[in-house]
Amino acid sequence: MSFTRPKFRHPGLPKNKLGYTISYYEGALSTLCAGCGHDSISAGIIQACYELNIEPHKLAKLSGIGCSSKTPAYFLSNSHGFNSVHGRMPSVATGANLANRDLTYFGVSGDGDTASIGMGQFVHAIRRNLNMTYIVMNNGCYGLTKGQDSATADHGSKNKSGNVNMFESIDLASLAIELGASFVAQSFSGDKGQLVPLITAAMAHPGFAFINVISPCVTFNNNVGSTKSYDYVRQHVEATGTIDFVPEMPEITTEYAEGTIQGIRMHDGSVLQLHKLAQEWDPEDRLSAMNAIKNASAKQEILTGLLFIDPNTKDLHNLINTSDTPLNKLDKEHLCPGNAVLKDINAGLR
Amino acid sequence: MPSLSTSKVNDFVVRFANVNGTGSASANFLFTKSIFRMGIPVTPKNIFPSNIQGLPTWYEVRVSEKGYLGRREGIDLMVAMNPQSMAGDVAAVKKGGYFLYDSSKMLHANYIREDINYLGIPLMEMCNAAYTDARQRQLFKNIIYVGALSALFEIEFPVLEQLIAEQFPGKAKLIPPNIQALKMGVDYVQANFKHPLDIRVERRDLVKDAIMIDGNAACGLGAVYAGATVAAWYPITPSTSVMDAFADYATEYRTDKTTGKRNVAIVQAEDELAAIGVVIGANWNGARSFTATSGPGVSLMNEFLGLGYFAEIPAVLIDVQRTGPSTGMPTRTQQSDVLEAAYASHGDTKHVLLFPSTPKECFEMTADAFDLAEQLQTPVIVMTDLDLGMNDHVSPPFEWDDNRVYKRGKVLNASDLENIQRFGRYLDVDGDGITYRTYPGTHPTKGSFFTRGTSRDEYATYTEDGGAYQRNMDRLIKKWNTAKTMVPAPQLIHDKNNKCEYGILFFGTSQYAAEEAMELMRQDGIFVDALRIKAFPFNQMVEDFINTHEKIFVIEQNRDAQMKSLLMIELSADPNKLISVLNYDGMPITADNIMKQVTKKLLITQD
Repeated sequence: MSFTRPKFRHPGLPKNKLGYTISYYEGALSTLCAGCGHDSISAGIIQACYELNIEPHKLAKLSGIGCSSKTPAYFLSNSHGFNSVHGRMPSVATGANLANRDLTYFGVSGDGDTASIGMGQFVHAIRRNLNMTYIVMNNGCYGLTKGQDSATADHGSKNKSGNVNMFESIDLASLAIELGASFVAQSFSGDKGQLVPLITAAMAHPGFAFINVISPCVTFNNNVGSTKSYDYVRQHVEATGTIDFVPEMPEITTEYAEGTIQGIRMHDGSVLQLHKLAQEWDPEDRLSAMNAIKNASAKQEILTGLLFIDPNTKDLHNLINTSDTPLNKLDKEHLCPGNAVLKDINAGLR
Repeated sequence: MPSLSTSKVNDFVVRFANVNGTGSASANFLFTKSIFRMGIPVTPKNIFPSNIQGLPTWYEVRVSEKGYLGRREGIDLMVAMNPQSMAGDVAAVKKGGYFLYDSSKMLHANYIREDINYLGIPLMEMCNAAYTDARQRQLFKNIIYVGALSALFEIEFPVLEQLIAEQFPGKAKLIPPNIQALKMGVDYVQANFKHPLDIRVERRDLVKDAIMIDGNAACGLGAVYAGATVAAWYPITPSTSVMDAFADYATEYRTDKTTGKRNVAIVQAEDELAAIGVVIGANWNGARSFTATSGPGVSLMNEFLGLGYFAEIPAVLIDVQRTGPSTGMPTRTQQSDVLEAAYASHGDTKHVLLFPSTPKECFEMTADAFDLAEQLQTPVIVMTDLDLGMNDHVSPPFEWDDNRVYKRGKVLNASDLENIQRFGRYLDVDGDGITYRTYPGTHPTKGSFFTRGTSRDEYATYTEDGGAYQRNMDRLIKKWNTAKTMVPAPQLIHDKNNKCEYGILFFGTSQYAAEEAMELMRQDGIFVDALRIKAFPFNQMVEDFINTHEKIFVIEQNRDAQMKSLLMIELSADPNKLISVLNYDGMPITADNIMKQVTKKLLITQD
């Protein structure tokens, strides 16, 4: 069932540039378990859209199947939403994006939905550099079917029933970098301060922006021995740094010491100010990003924050050279060659 | 010298036996097109292997003064260019027919039959003498035999010259060597054989303004005219050329000459699941979008087709059917996806199907499919087949009414939404089962809804209430009944002079053979009415046709009589009334085959 949120809000809630309060960005009440990491991420999405002054109806939210894929109902109720087929959100998002390049596309998936049944579609959406934000709410297990290990469960991690996972896990962030994703970040649902600017940066990025968010399952994978529990993640998280997203700043004027703060100018003129903690890492260098993840992993750390970005990337529309006018806005005059041309075509077939 | 029973003008079958990948296709098409240009109805069939190079491939051309465009059994002249298949090729020639072969090497004694005529031309020797380049020797060998056939059949040489000139626009250099090769064939025949043969052609004015094109190109063109802007596909024989044609026509007519930007997006997907997913996503967002595939692809698309049906999202799918199940015979024809397509997906689903018979109908029905899909907000599947899709057909020319508007269905814009109290995505306002939808981005506060494959109420709110689910399923049936009145009506061929107890019922590419069989039966004093089904759900006319005839012969190209099943399921038709006439060897059905099966079954039913 869906439950609508009570309408009452504090009258003094601040408004963004569009004149909307944050409540305008909310959705129906969540039916996920109390304490679910996914709800924190939904809250982060709401905050990011509010801060970015997104018009909700200019955003389409899409998902596959699973606990995570239910969340689009819990944010942005003024946006069209599409809870599609298990593992197939990327293809639906591809079609939607091709139909109208002027909207913002926000995809939510889970570790089962992306790393198992939807792996094929995930990697090909990256290959095509589809302009969308793609968040995986990663809890290492299948919640809706009662806690089976997923493909992102770490080798040696123990689940609620006490079984130890004997298989290697799939590291989605490394995979995305390897496949050529133009924006890759990692975060933790328990760190909203880090998550919100990452989401805003991802949405401003003009290509495929991937955020892998470790999001503990309180019901099936929050036990001792699990590497995706709140306690374990909190103890092992290591950030690359923090970022501030500065929309459309004319130029970077701040002086900063080499290697500590890095300004990355985004396609639309906005700037990512990155306060680096990991000094040896360069976020615009794919190999460096891979090394940073692997080095952290060797120390049993989960590296979070922005991992890789190519701010000058070309998205699918630019690669296949589609018209600037969204395809769904073109009418017969633009699309149909007409009967006179058909007569010529007929003549050529005689 | 053995001879055919009668001399035949404009009525014979030639089969070319070639090796795949040797450039024979364009030479063989040149032969077909020359007969077409002489105003004579002609129908070619490719019988090709799933292979790039080396395996046997055949090309069969039927020439028919009477305009019969189906395949006919019995080969009058075999052009035997493939040693691998020669034993079978010799055996396939009709008594009194001709066997044209390369006599550079002596024909093996096993291939000698007393009852056929041999036309040996030393093609390899001629090519070796005339050309030094190996590829040229191969390619011109094909052109030389076309030249020889032109002399044997009396094909007008200027027609061939013209076709060669058209084949190489802007490459004038290539024209004389081709003409020269044709002449080498002509000269050899003139010097060595009695010609023309007793089978030959004579100019007529029978094709009028008809065109020659394959069904896949016609579907691709239809999608361009219908305003499709997003296409996604995964390569699969025999559907690949639908997207090739769409891409070519769209590139030509939808590219901005100054910027090079295109009013179309085509994605080669990672598989058929993704292809249909893209189509669903694009249509959901207000673009006309389609995919093309064959049976195995439809199998993979099943889950999404169910979502499209239940979430009520338009989609157009061209299913170019081939021989299944599994990989089956991927390069042979069949009508064996009827049930798969009609009920694709889990749960209670039904899909609108259209059955074109000609390239013209491929063009029209593809365009219509977009209107129907958007009006009905559901997937529509155009059921063509390999025979129609990949073979050239003589077809009436395409027509497009410039006043035609795209029927986009019930879509609310911002001002519509302003005037509505509360928008209900699945609320049956008009009572026809078809509800109103909105595209993303329409209105800041009204009209957004959540699309899902899970049960929801009239306002698109998630619910697991059984009553709400059932109301929705019942409304979908109401919509299905509305669809019956919107899909193309069947074509009735009523025998005006006779009261017929029997009827024949067919669809798709069986039309050519079925109509010819009716003519053959008339000559034998058997009169039948006929009905050609053009769409599913069945129009009332189909039910009436079954009710008003004692027995119905249902002609279809599959083993399991799938259309008969569909008639039984959907119309509760009496199975004892429906007699199946089936063909499932991968070759297009023939009139002879239909005639034999009908006659035999008539005798049984009359006993």
